[in-house]
Formats: sequence, structure tokens, C-alpha cells
Amino acid sequence: MNHLLEVSGISVSFDGFRAINNLSFSIGTAELRAIIGPNGAGKTTFMDIVTGKTRPDEGRVIWGEKSTNLLKLNEAKIARAGIGRKFQRPTVFEDQSVAENLMMALKANRAPWKVLFWRPAPADHARVAALAEQVGLGDSLERKSGELSHGQKQWLEIGMLLAQEPRLLLVDEPAAGMTLAEREQTTALLVDLARSRAVVVVEHDMDFVRRLGCKVTVLHEGSVLAEGSLDHVTSNPKVIEVYLGR
Amino acid sequence: MPPLPLISRTSGAGMRTTFLALMASLCLALPGFAQDTAPQPQTTDLSQPALTGLAAVLAAHADQIAKPSRQTIGPVIAAIGAAGPGAPAFLEAWADKRVGQRKDGAFFLIEKTGDGYALIDPMTGTPAGTAPKAEITELKPNSGVRGLIASALVEFQLMDPDPAKRQAAMDSLARDGGPEHLEPLRAAIEGETDPAIRAQKERLERLLTIRFGATSEKRVAAIESFGADLGLDLRGALNPILVTRRTAFVDAPSGNIAAELRAPRQISEDEAYKLLVSQGLAPARLTRADLRAALEAHIENGTVGGFALADLDSPAARDAAYTALEQAGTVPAAATDDEVAAAVAAHRYADVYAEPDAAVTDAARTAMKRITLKVDAMQMADLGLDALSLASIYFLAAIGLAITFGVMRVINMAHGEFITMGAYTGYVVQQFIADYTVSILVALPLAFAVTFLAGVAMERLVIRHLYKRPLETLLATFGISIALQQIFKNVFGTQARPLTSPGWLDGAWVLNDVVSISYIRIAIFVLALIFLGVFLFIMNRTRLGLEVRAVTQNPSMAASMGINPDRINMLTFGLGSGIAGIAGVAIGLFAKVTSELGSDYIVQSFMTVVVGGVGNIWGTLAGATLNGTLQKGIEWLNPSNTLAAQTYMILFIIVFIQFRPRGIIALKGRAAGD
Amino acid sequence: MKPGSLAKNPSVLTFLLVLAVFTLGVTVLSDAYGSGLISTSMVKTLGKTLCLCLIAIAMDLIWGYTGILSLGHFAFFGLGGYMVGMWLMFARTRDIVLSSAGGALPMTPQELSDAIATQIFGVVGTSELPAVWAFAGSLPAQLALVVLVPGILAFVFGWLAFHSRVTGVYLSILTQAMTLALSLYLFQNDSGLRGNNGLSGLQNIPGLEAAGQDALSVWFLWASALALALGYMLASFIVSGKFGSVIRGIRDDEARVRFLGYSVESYKLFVFTLTAVIAAIAGALYYPQAGIINPAEMAPIASIYLAVWVAIGGRGRLYGAVVGAAFVSLVSTWFTGGRVPDLNLGFYTIKWVDWWSVLLGLSFVLVTLFAPKGLAGLVDLAQGLRSPRRGGTPLGPDDGALQEREAVE
Repeated sequence: MNHLLEVSGISVSFDGFRAINNLSFSIGTAELRAIIGPNGAGKTTFMDIVTGKTRPDEGRVIWGEKSTNLLKLNEAKIARAGIGRKFQRPTVFEDQSVAENLMMALKANRAPWKVLFWRPAPADHARVAALAEQVGLGDSLERKSGELSHGQKQWLEIGMLLAQEPRLLLVDEPAAGMTLAEREQTTALLVDLARSRAVVVVEHDMDFVRRLGCKVTVLHEGSVLAEGSLDHVTSNPKVIEVYLGR
Repeated sequence: MPPLPLISRTSGAGMRTTFLALMASLCLALPGFAQDTAPQPQTTDLSQPALTGLAAVLAAHADQIAKPSRQTIGPVIAAIGAAGPGAPAFLEAWADKRVGQRKDGAFFLIEKTGDGYALIDPMTGTPAGTAPKAEITELKPNSGVRGLIASALVEFQLMDPDPAKRQAAMDSLARDGGPEHLEPLRAAIEGETDPAIRAQKERLERLLTIRFGATSEKRVAAIESFGADLGLDLRGALNPILVTRRTAFVDAPSGNIAAELRAPRQISEDEAYKLLVSQGLAPARLTRADLRAALEAHIENGTVGGFALADLDSPAARDAAYTALEQAGTVPAAATDDEVAAAVAAHRYADVYAEPDAAVTDAARTAMKRITLKVDAMQMADLGLDALSLASIYFLAAIGLAITFGVMRVINMAHGEFITMGAYTGYVVQQFIADYTVSILVALPLAFAVTFLAGVAMERLVIRHLYKRPLETLLATFGISIALQQIFKNVFGTQARPLTSPGWLDGAWVLNDVVSISYIRIAIFVLALIFLGVFLFIMNRTRLGLEVRAVTQNPSMAASMGINPDRINMLTFGLGSGIAGIAGVAIGLFAKVTSELGSDYIVQSFMTVVVGGVGNIWGTLAGATLNGTLQKGIEWLNPSNTLAAQTYMILFIIVFIQFRPRGIIALKGRAAGD
Repeated sequence: MKPGSLAKNPSVLTFLLVLAVFTLGVTVLSDAYGSGLISTSMVKTLGKTLCLCLIAIAMDLIWGYTGILSLGHFAFFGLGGYMVGMWLMFARTRDIVLSSAGGALPMTPQELSDAIATQIFGVVGTSELPAVWAFAGSLPAQLALVVLVPGILAFVFGWLAFHSRVTGVYLSILTQAMTLALSLYLFQNDSGLRGNNGLSGLQNIPGLEAAGQDALSVWFLWASALALALGYMLASFIVSGKFGSVIRGIRDDEARVRFLGYSVESYKLFVFTLTAVIAAIAGALYYPQAGIINPAEMAPIASIYLAVWVAIGGRGRLYGAVVGAAFVSLVSTWFTGGRVPDLNLGFYTIKWVDWWSVLLGLSFVLVTLFAPKGLAGLVDLAQGLRSPRRGGTPLGPDDGALQEREAVE
């Protein structure tokens, strides 16, 4: 299988605590994957490493067809390479309008000099409008995003993620704080996205994971405990022990 | 011969005695003879009121004594010195301008009274009546003569029964001893009973031997006897021996040569040529000003040597014009570059010791090397002490800031003003309590109380509302800082106010001539240690410390455990401010207490906290040590300029922050006091 | 500047109009070109105020928009002044030396340079021209240095600071340290810039002696107004487009901008350097009007006052910065000039010369506490706008998020 992202043998420790311990992981170019695990299993740290926020003590992170070493890039370059991330807490620029938020995320040259002279073409306006429509904010384009509800902010952030047109999406607990209807909408969106790109979803909620219907990786104490379909891993005695306790 | 006004007309026998005494005085007066003449026994068995001892000498040299000249007075002073009882007192009085000559020629020690002088007989030291002003001419020897008198006095004083006088005599010898003192000094060692003064005398004797010893062996031995002694007096004795003079020689250098210099490697051509000119071995070079003057002197119809004036605006054009004049014979030939080079090459150059004895200079040089090595080591030690005391000052100034900044994440730009407030509190206390020791003991807690309250007030009124906006806390506290500083100025004025330390803190602990540290700095060091201890105790051993750490790590969790974060923040802020107040009293003891006192320390304090690592007392300690050492180290490398030292230090810190943005000690679990 | 963005920002047009009316008004009331109602020294004060408004715009860009509280921009302002001051002083001294030169021979370049150096550096005890004065004889070179020296300094400092991810209060302290280091350096006599004497006689423009100070003051007023207008248009161009979105994003949530693929460091460095250059240009226009520059002008306190102006005027909008700088500096001149009557409280008479700083400091605290939008907030009140409902404080960092990160870093 052709891997888009290949993480091998990474370890990282904070003040002697090994948050990630010899973790290996890979994902294909168009694949949906869920990562589950109890608190402290290293899910968020794993995403931090992939996006460049945290440097691992050892191991390799290889990206794309050209086998780029992601460990040598900073966060901005990794993002430009095509990895988008959605945070657990909705983080949008509250002082700016929905349109400005989306426009900022729109795929374009990110160099300061180019950005300074960049002015939106009609096609860009149309794309922003379309994205806003897609995440249900079509009539809120000129509203300041700080005025949006919590769920709307989540959607705006997803919209910004789409505007970036990433090849790999890292989504951290997308269902948190959403209503049931919104969850279903989110599920559908993620499944749809995974047709053309890689999507990694970190989630606690088993029902949500089940609805995604994808391959599941279980993390525990910084390394992979089990991998496979949800039914396969939930029948794994080690997983049961970790989740249900001794 | 001067007339002898004091000779009394008596009978034949008396006359003979007088004559003998006179002859003795005359012999004393002869130059060269006087030097080695032991006190002449004024043997006379006649009970006639004849002139003996001092009186005779005074009589013999009356004119010279009345109008002494530095060149010729030496023998006279020696004669007086050898004249027996009364002589030291007379010399002392003479040097102090307390000697007068009566119209009839007699000398007296005089004391001014209302309208005349009280006279004291110089021979017996008994009162001899009074005299009106007009009768007496005060003797006013010039400073050169007074110096000679003083050095003659030294010989008496070295054996004076009063140890204090002996001590003073030695101090005077140490300042400007001469070869003539060597013998009296050696003689004075024997009879010395006080062991300390005896040791000093022996040391002084060796020092004088180094400079004036009779033979080269004795001098070398004296030098060797000191080893690597650190005394300034020893270096003072060795340095003149090692003075060299750069000299040009036509042939091989002669004299006691320190080093031969080769042009142009060890001595530049320019310097070598200047040397030749100064020694008259070569004609002077034409300076730019001379060139200009020469040209200006030969202007004819707007041209010089055929060159238009307007063209003479470059050195090359001027040289060409001068050469033209030279060829015309109107100006003398000046040394050209080639001639200079040839002259320089034709001579040899060397640094030559003024001291002719090579054995002595070699020994002195070796001794100096030894001493320099040791002095360097000692200087490092001294520098270390300086750095340590500066570090304690920084630590004192920064520790309060470390608490508010580190524990509470609050930037308090008014921290410097709290330091000032503490210093002014000390000043005010001293206005009411005269005893400096008591007033300091009162001022320390009072300064803590005052700044604690100020800190609490500031926290309640301003900072509390800005906890979530750190940059704005910085600005708001800065506004308070502006206001406080101006209020200080309005209340206390712009001039410095005295904050005097108790007497027992004056002075310094002197280890040797190189290493010393003032008591006040030791006190500050101790104070810094106490603060460190108190801080560690509060943070690790008290309920307050526990709660502070809890609030620092997780305010909402702490709140749910029943800790009131508002109260803790207020107390922490008060504590930090209070410590600033105490630091202010300490700093005020050695710095000028002005309204700007604190702001001089604020940036340094921030640097200390930032370099050390926020939220950690050991980090602050490390930061203070680093900053103190660094500043002293840079000052040592570039001693002329403390401003430059500060500049470089800040630059270093800026670069340092690049590599360790979290400071020296960066803890991930940001617990205060761990 | 595209017309489109002008149209989108009516405030730019309003501002330009007000500025033009102001400048014309002062001109027709000036000694040189009008009724003489406004004295020459007042014209100079107004011209200097325009320069202060320009640096306030720079401060607003870096602080109000990008969220970097720089306490170093007055250092760049001073550097700009020094650069232009070097030419002014050198050229004027050269004129004096040439006109008073005795002797029949024309001077050689060496003699000329020595004579100038003796004139300029006599006060610090040297008679050699320091190396930093190598270009002082050339106006174009020295004008280029106005931009280059502060620009390069800001670039190097910014590169170091931003790439090691120093942020928040740490960065503020670091910029303050930089300013302190620079002013301490200039205080030295052997810095080559006359130590604490600074440069003086800058109001005399070589070659324009004939014009007279009254006319010169108006010319400089115009030049300052032009620079301010250009600076304002440039700033509003920068903040209007996507670039503006990005830097405001950096202010509110730096990490998020980074994950969007923007190189936050480059943006900060760009804005930091650009604003340093704007500050330097403002300084280069200011000091010929002030007549004298010395290192005390560059002390850290000056940069903090700059922050005070912008905060009182209103951060995050350009006209706020201009209003703040103009208002505070003029009121400050008024109070410290001793023209305000003393306030007699019966038991104590408040002399405003002494108490103005106290008033300023306290009002600054009050503005920070109660009116974070500053004077510009009044405009919102007048327009009946209310700030958007947001989690954070208006124009400030996002509630919690930034504070959390600053605490971590």
C-alpha cells in the first residue's frame, strides 16, 4: 500500500515521563482512520509530533511521495506540505469575520510579500461562499466569528480546514460539544472527505467511531496496542483490560 | 662668612671656648662632612654662659636658617639635627613655621598671642617672655626645605620613646625614604622593643636596601628576601628599578639593556624616527603644518614653485610644489621618506634601564614576574568577591520581582519604585531616630510594612482586574511607576537623600593589598542569604507557601480545594513588594537615594529573573550570579568604561535568551520554590 | 495603493482631509506665509507632533495589530534622527570651516576633515573623525542610512528574537533591554556620536540658511504631514487585506496561524522591520525640528511613553494611534510648559509642572483598566456601535488562550 504518512519508532518523554514510546503508524493517501485510547495514551502528543509542535527524541516521520522528513520542517511548512489540523477546542479568529477567517485559510501562497499584495479574485470569493455554504454558515459571512455559537465555531474551523485543501486531516475530538444531528453531519462529512484524502480522527466516543466504520488504532501508554476494525479491537482482551480496568 | 651676632664679648678664656664651638659648627656646616658626622660632643667644662649645642649651631647659621634655600640648607639641617637636646623640637617647629627670629638675631619657638608672640627658648623649651609683632620675623621655609627638615626629623622620630611617633616616622620614610635614611633606620632596629614596629622597621630597611643598598649583592638579596610579597610598597620599590627608556644608538646599544628592538617589527619606523629626531641624530621631518607654512611663505603671483594655489589641495600637489622650491633652493631640504628609512635602518634601538646594575634589574624583573602572577590570582579572587557582592545586590533587587513575576505571572514595572519606597522609608526613619543602628533595625521591618501595604493596594485596585491581560498589567504598572516616581520627586526633591549606615558597617575587611571587601557588601550578601532562606522556608514549610504553590499550578483546582486564590494572590504580591522595600533599605545604604534609585535596578532585575528562569528561586539566584559575574568580568576586561560593560552585558543577555528562552533553570512543572 | 482599498476605508479619506486642512490652516496662520497668529516655535511643535503621530502609527502596527509590545521603537526613532543629524552637523560644520579658513592655500581633504572633526568632537576630547562618520559628508548616503541602520538592526534583533520564539512580556523586556543597551552605548564618549552631548544645531539646514527658521518650520511641517499621510496610507493598505487578517490572527492566536501554514516569524519580522523603518523616518524628520538629539531621548522610558500614547488613543486602529500621540504629547507640552494655572486646594497648591507626570501615569492606569479602546472608543460610542460579543477582551488577546500561552513560554 502506498503510504502518505509513515511514522516509525518515535519516542518522546517529558521530564522523564515517556508520552510516546516507540510508536509506529502509517496511513494511505485516501483512508479514514480513527485513533482511540484512554486519557494519557499519547493521542494528542502524536498529533503534536506530526504537526511539528513537539519534536520527538527519536524516530522518523516520513511524508508523501518524495519521502520528506517532516521532523526537519516547522509547523508552518508542515501545514503548507498539506497537513491540516483541527483542535479539540474550536480556535477561530474571533475578532475577524467568517469570510476573513476562511479567506485566510484559503490555499494560496503564504509568503508575507505575496500575501501583502494579494487581493481576492472573484473565484476566491466564490470559493469562500461555497465553503461557508458547505459548513452551514452561508448567511453569516460578514458576522464576526466571535459572535458564533460553539457548534458554529466548530463548523467554521472545519471549513477553514477544507479551505486549506490538505492531503492529510488530523481531527481532534470533532464530536465534542455537538448535538446528535451535528454529529451525524460531521460523520458524513469526514467519510466523504476520506474518499479523496487521508483523515485521522482522534476520538473518545465509541459510538461516533463505530459510525465512521473505519480501521481503528488503539493507543496505550504511548504505543500501539491494537489495530484493525472496531469489532476486532474491542474483542481484544488487552484493549478490554485497558478500557474497562483491571 | 656671615657675621656672628650672638657672640658675647667676654674674657679670654670665654673667648677661646666660643671660638672652639664656632669651629665645630663650621666643620658641621661643610658640605659632605656633615653627613657622616656623629653628634659632636659639646664638651666644655666651663660654666660660663657660653654657646653650646643647639644655640651654637643656630648662631653659626643664623642667616641660612632665616632665609633657607633648598640647595644649601642640607648641611645646616644636619648640623642642627646633630646638635643635641632641643634639636628635634626646633626642627619640628621650623617645619611647622613656628620659629621666629628676634630683631637681635636670636631664634625662638613662637606662639601667636593677641598682639605679639609668646617666646619659647629653643634650647630648654622654657618660656622666654613675649615680644611685640614688630620684633619678630616669622621663618617661612618653602616646601622643599620643609621636606628636608622632615626627613632629618625622621631620624630622631625613629627612636622616639612614643610608639606613635615612631610609627609616623616610618610612614614618612615609606613615602619618601632616601639613601641617607638607611643607616639611621638600621641603627634604630636594634633598640626597638615593640615587635610590630620592629617588623615594620625591618621590612622598611629591606625596601630601602632594594633601592639604595650599597652593593649589588645586598640589593639582590633584599629583593629575593621578599619572595612573592603582595605589598604595594614592595612594588613601589621595584617599579622604579624597572623603568626603561627607549633609546637609539649609532652602534651597538650600551648600558643595562632590557631589550633590543628591531625596526620596523618591534618599533615602528615612525616611532624610531621620532626617537632619532629627539636625540638629535636626524633632522626633523616636515610636518603637514610646516609644509603648509613653507608653501605659504613662498607665494609669488598666486603660484608656489610654479603651481597654481587652487591646485594645492592635495598632499601630493603640495609635495611636488615643495620639491620645486627645494630645487630652486628657496627652502631647506627636508627629510624624504627614503632618507627617513635609511636613517632608521642605520641605527639600533633598545629599551635601557635607568638602573645601571644588571644583576639588580634581573632580580627585580624575576621578582616582579612572581608578584604579578600572584597579584593576578589575587585579583581574580577580588573580582570573584566583587561579582559575588554585585550578584547579591541583583538578587536582592530581583527576588521580589521573581515572586510577583514568577509565581503570579504578573509583570510589575513599579517594582523599582517599591525599592525606592523602601529606601525613602529608611531615610524618613533616620530623621526621627538618630542612632543609625537602631534606625536601620526599625527601618527594615517598617519598609517591609510600607511596601507590603503599597503592593496589596496595587494588587487590589489594579492588577486584580488585569490577570488575564499580562501585557496590559505591564502597562498599568508602568503608569503607576511614572506616577510614583514623580510623587517621590515632589515630596523628597530631586537631590539625593542620605541614608547612613551604622558605623560598624563602615570600613572594609582587608585580606591583603589586593583583596578587600567592604563590610556593607558582606552585610548585603548575608541579607541575600537570609532572604533566600526565608523564601525557601515560606514556600516549602508553611501553609501559605503550599497554598501559593497550589494557586500557581492550578488556580481553579486550588479554589475548589477551599483555597481563596484572591487572598493568596494579594499576599504573594504584598510579599514580593515587601521584599523589594527591604532591598531598597539595603541598596540605599550604599547607593544615592533619589527618586530614580529603583529604575536603575529594574532592568537588571528583569534580566536576572528572565535569565535565571521564571518561577524558580534557584533560577533567580543563578541569574543574579551570572549577571553579577558577567558584569564584573566585562568591567575587568574593559576597566575604563562601565557604560560599555553594561552595554555588552545586555547584548550578551539578549543573545543568551535566544538560546535559552526559558532561562538557566527552566522547570516544566513550574512550582515556585522547588 | 489601489483605489479600491481607499474606497473600502473611508477613514483614510477622512484622515487625509483633516490632515490637509490642518496643514493648510497652520500655514496660513504661520509667521512665514500668513498672519503670524501661530509662532514659529508653535509651528515646530506641531510639526514634531506630526512626526510623533507617524511613529505612533508604527507602534500601532506592531502592537495594536500584531500584538508585539515593542519597547524599542523609540530607539529606532532616535537612530533615524542620529543618521540625519550626522549629515546636518557635518555639512554645517564643513561650511563654517570652509568660510572661516585662513591661509592662502586651499585645504586638503585631510585638513578639512581634521578641522571638522576638531569642531565636532572637541567636546569629547578627540579630533579624529570616527569611522561611523564615513558617509556623513553625503546627504544621499546618510538618508539611505536613516532607513538601513535601524532597518538592519531591527531585522537582526527581530530575527534572533522571533526565531527563538520569544513572545509576550519576555519579548517586551528584551526590546527594552535592547533600547537600554543602545542608549548606554551612545552615552559613551567614544561611541563616535559625541556621548551625552548628542548632536546639536540640527535646526540649521546647510544650504537653506537664507530661508530662515520661520519658513523652514513650515516646510518641515509639510514634509512631516506628507510623511504622516504616506505612512497612514501604507499602514491602512497593510492592515486592510489578507496581510492584516494574518497579523491580527497572530495577535490573537499565534499557534493557530502557524497551523494554517503561515510562517509567523517571517510576518513578525516583516512588521517589526517595517515599523522600525517608519519610526526611523519619523525620527529623521523630528530632530531637525527639535534642533538637538542626545542619547537620553532614546532611553527605554521614551518607548514606554509611546505605548502610553497609543493605548490612550486606542489600539488596533490607526486613527486611534494618531489621536493618542497628538493629544497626549500636546497636552503634555501644555502642562509641562507651565501655562496651566496652579490648582489651589487650600492646604496644598498643585503645580502642574510637578504633578503632570502623576496625572499622566494615573490616567494611563485608568485607561488600561476601564477604557482599553482608548479615546477611539468614543468614536464607537458616537456611532452607536457596541463591541462584538467575544470571549476575550476587546482588541486584546483572546481570553485565557494567550495568557495561558504567555505563561507557558
